[in-house]
Amino acid sequence: MGATFDYWKLTKTVLFYALVLVIVVVSVFPFYYAILTSLKSGTDLFRVTYWPTSISFDNFRQVFSQGAFPRNLLNSVFVASVTVILALFLAVTASFALSRVRFRGRGLLLMTILAVSMFPQIAVLAGLFEVIRFLGIYNTPWALIFAYTIFTLPFTVWVLTTFMRDLPVEIEEAAIVDGATPWVIITQVFMPLMWPALVTTGLLAFIAAWNEFLFALTFTVSNETRTVPVAIALLSGGSQYEIPWGIIMAASVVVTVPLVALVLVFQRKIVSGLTAGGVKG
Amino acid sequence: MASIELRNIRKSFGAVNVIKGVDLEVRKGEFMVFVGPSGCGKSTLLRLISGLEDITSGEMLFDGKVVNALTPSKRGIAMVFQSYALYPHMTVYENMAFGLKLEKGNSKEAIRERVEKAADMLQIRQYLDRLPKQLSGGQRQRVAIGRAITRDPKVFLFDEPLSNLDAALRVATRIEIAKLHEGMHDVTMIYVTHDQVEAMTLADRICVLRDGLVEQVGTPMELYEKPDSIFVAGFIGSPKMNFLTGEKAEAFKCATLGVRGEHMLVKPDGIWEGEVIHTENLGADTYVYLEMGQEEPIVVRLEGAMQHPSGSKLRVSPMEDRVHRFDEAGKPIR
Amino acid sequence: MATDAMAPVGTAATPKIRSELMLQRVRAARWFLVPMMIALAIVAGWPLTRSIWFSFTDATLNDLYGAEWVGFGNYLRWQVLESGTVRYRGVLADPDWWNAVWNTVRFAFWSVLWETVLGMIVALVLNAEFRGRGIVRAAILIPWAIPTIVSARMWGWMLNDQFGIINDLGMKLGLLSAPVAWTASADTAMTAVLIVDIWKTTPFMALLILAGLQMIPKDIYEAADIDGVHPVKQFFRITLPLVRPALMVAIIFRVLDALRIFDLIYVLTPNSRSTKTMSVLAQENLFQFNNFAEGSTQSTLLFLLIAIFTILYIWIGKVNFEGGDR
Repeated sequence: MGATFDYWKLTKTVLFYALVLVIVVVSVFPFYYAILTSLKSGTDLFRVTYWPTSISFDNFRQVFSQGAFPRNLLNSVFVASVTVILALFLAVTASFALSRVRFRGRGLLLMTILAVSMFPQIAVLAGLFEVIRFLGIYNTPWALIFAYTIFTLPFTVWVLTTFMRDLPVEIEEAAIVDGATPWVIITQVFMPLMWPALVTTGLLAFIAAWNEFLFALTFTVSNETRTVPVAIALLSGGSQYEIPWGIIMAASVVVTVPLVALVLVFQRKIVSGLTAGGVKG
Repeated sequence: MASIELRNIRKSFGAVNVIKGVDLEVRKGEFMVFVGPSGCGKSTLLRLISGLEDITSGEMLFDGKVVNALTPSKRGIAMVFQSYALYPHMTVYENMAFGLKLEKGNSKEAIRERVEKAADMLQIRQYLDRLPKQLSGGQRQRVAIGRAITRDPKVFLFDEPLSNLDAALRVATRIEIAKLHEGMHDVTMIYVTHDQVEAMTLADRICVLRDGLVEQVGTPMELYEKPDSIFVAGFIGSPKMNFLTGEKAEAFKCATLGVRGEHMLVKPDGIWEGEVIHTENLGADTYVYLEMGQEEPIVVRLEGAMQHPSGSKLRVSPMEDRVHRFDEAGKPIR
Repeated sequence: MATDAMAPVGTAATPKIRSELMLQRVRAARWFLVPMMIALAIVAGWPLTRSIWFSFTDATLNDLYGAEWVGFGNYLRWQVLESGTVRYRGVLADPDWWNAVWNTVRFAFWSVLWETVLGMIVALVLNAEFRGRGIVRAAILIPWAIPTIVSARMWGWMLNDQFGIINDLGMKLGLLSAPVAWTASADTAMTAVLIVDIWKTTPFMALLILAGLQMIPKDIYEAADIDGVHPVKQFFRITLPLVRPALMVAIIFRVLDALRIFDLIYVLTPNSRSTKTMSVLAQENLFQFNNFAEGSTQSTLLFLLIAIFTILYIWIGKVNFEGGDR
C-alpha cells in the first residue's frame, strides 16, 4: 500500500516537472533559435540544426554596415526616451491630483483615462494623420512622440495613480503641517518615495513605445526616420523569394537582447507594475 | 500662548455626522486630553483643530481670531502622528528641519541651532544623521516629537502618539511627554487617546467625547469623583465602576447605583452578599469578581494579595459617601 | 457657559466653509490635471472626432480639407437599377469588410480562449512552490519582452515552408507527412497567427492570473484539505470563483487588444485574405489604397464594436475596476 502511494507521488512530481520543462522550453526556444540563426552564414542558414555548429558574425556586421539600421536604432531610442519622459512628467502631477485630492468627477476622469488606454489605435489614425500633417511633423520622430502619448500617458497616469494611492496619508499630512504646498509635497516628499514606481512605469512605457508598429509604419516613410520595428518588418532582399533571414534574425537579436536584459533585471518590479496597473504593457 | 475656542463645531462626511456640535474652550498652556471610545470623533476633532479637515459649520477661534479657513501651517500648530509619519528618505536632521526650510527667511545657522536645541531636549542628537528606518520605534517617536518642537508651535497636537509602542516604552514616553509639557509652560497641548490611564496621568483637563458630542470636561479628579453621566463614570477609572440596578439601587433611592471597586469594603455585616466567581491578583492589589444577580459581575478592589476561593460567599458594603447615584436618564442625583 | 449667548453663529444656515487648505489643494489639482487633459484631448479626443467625421465625408489622402459631407454613404448606400434590382454599396455591403470582421472575431475568440486556459495552467504552476520557480518566471517573461514584430519575424522563419524548424520537427516526430506552408496557405495562416499570438501573450495572462491567485489566502486550501475536498473540486469550487475578478479584468484587456490586432498579421501573413483583420484592412484603405473615407468608416466601425463590447462586458460581467474613491 505504501509503495503504490510513493509511486503515485513520484509520477505526479515527474509530470509536474515535465510541465515546467515544457513551459520553459516553449518560452525560450524561439529566441534561442533566432540567436542560433543569426550566427549562421551562407548556406548553413538553410540547414536546420538544433545546436550551434559554426559561429559567424557576418550577419551582425551586415546589419550595422548596410542600410539605415544604426540610424533606426537611434530613432527608436530617441522616440521611446522622449515619449516616456514627457508622459512621466505630465503623469506625476496628474496622478497626485487623481489619487490625493477629493473633487467632483474624479471617478469619471479615471474611467475616461482607462478608456483612452484601451482605444483601438486605428480609430484615431486618420485624425492623428491630419494633426501631424498640420503640425508639420510628418515623417519626423516628433510625429511618433506625439502619437505615442496616446497610450503612454494614460498608462503612466493609471499606474502612478494606483501607486500614489498607497502612500501613507499621514506623511502627506505631516508635510502639510510643515507648510508644504502640493507642488512641494510632490517634488520633495512623494517623488523620492516613488522612484521604484517611476522606474517601473517608465520602463513599461518605454517597452511599449519601443515595440510600437502601426503609428511608426504610418507616420514615417523614409529609411532614415523609421524606428526599428518598421525597419525589421520591411527588411527584404532583391525579390519576394529572397528574404535575408540571417540579417533579419541578427537585427531582431540586436533589438531584443537589451529588452530581455532589462526585463530580467527588473523582473520583480515589472511584474508588480503590470499587475498593479492591471493594464497591458 | 494660544487659547482655543470651539463654538458649535460640526463635521459631516457626506451624510454621516461625525461631530455634532461641540462647544469647548482650551486654555492657554493647558494640557487637554480628548478621550473616548473608538468612533467617538476625538481624532476628527483634533484634525479640525489642526486644519487638516474642513469644518462643516461652527466657529474655531485661536486667541479670539476665527481660523476656520486658515491652513495648518499658518495656525502655529505642530502635530505628532500615530504612525510617526517621518519622511523615510530624509535623515533625522532633514526631517526636523523640513518645516523650517519651507518657511521663508530662516538662515541655515538659525535652522541648525533650532534643530540641535530640540534634539538636545529629547536626547536624539547622536541620531541626527540617521534615516528613520535605522531607528527603533521609541526613537522614531522622539524624532516625531522633536520635529514638532523645532517648529516652535503655539499649539501641540498629539494623535494617539503612543499606540504603536510596546507597554514599557509607552510608560517611559508618557513620562517624557509630561516632562515636555512642564518645560513648555506657554504651549497649549491637545492629546488624543482612547486609553483613560494616559488621559488621567497626563491631562490638566480631560474632555470625554461620545458619539460626536462632549460628554464632560474637567480635571481628572473631577471626572473621577463627580462624573456627569453613567458613561463618564464607566469610562474613567480602572477597574470599571460597578453599576447596580433593581432593589439594591432602590435602597439608595436611584435608578442606577455606581460604586467603584476601590470603594467597596468587605465586612462580615456587609449589606450585599455575592459569590466569588474569579480572583485577579495583581500583586499590589486584588480584584475579586462577585456574582450578585446584576448584569455584570461586581468587582471589588482589595489592597495586597488576598485569597478568596471561587464559590465562596463574601459580604460587602459600599462606602456610603463614595457612591454615585444616577436617575433613569443616566444623570447624577446630587 | 459664557459663550452660549454667542453660540448661534455657525449652524446649518451658514454656507459650507471651504478652508484655504482645501481650496489650495483643489486649485493645485486643477493645474496638475489641465496639461494632461489637454494632451489627451489633442492626441486622442480630437483625432477620434476627426476620424469619425471623415467617415461621413468623401475625404481623400491628398485632399483632407476639401472633403464634403456624404452622410452615411460610406457605410451603406444603394442604387435602384433600371432593371429594378437594388445594388448596395458601402462598407456594410462589402464582402471584404465582413471577411475582416469574421477574421478579427475568430482571432480574438480563439486567441483569448487559449491564452486564458494556458495562462491559468502557467499561473497555477508558478503559484506552486518548487525549486527553480524564479527561472520559470524569468523564462515566461521573455516572450512578453520580445517586440511583436520580432516575434512575427522569428516565427515566420521557424514556420518557413522549406527551411523552417517547425516542419523539420513535425516530420521528424512523424506529426507531419509533408512540409506545410504555414503562413502562405489559406488553411493554416490563421493557425500560424494564433500560435505566435498565444506564445507571446500567454505570459501576460499568466502574470495577471497569478496576481489574483496570490491574493487567495492559503488557509482556505488547508481547510479544504482537512475536509478532504478533491484538488480538482478545490480548483472549481475555490480557486476559480476567487480568481474570477482578476480573470475578468485580464480577459477584457486581452479581448480589446486582440480586436485591434495589426502588427503581427501585417508582418507574419501579409496580403492573406484569410487573416486580414479590421485594423489591417482599415490601415491599407487609409494609407495604401487611397480609400481614405472608406478606411475612416472601417476604423469608426471597429471603434464602435469595441465600445459596445466593453460596455456589454462591464455590464454583464459586473467587472469592478478599482478605480475611484479611497
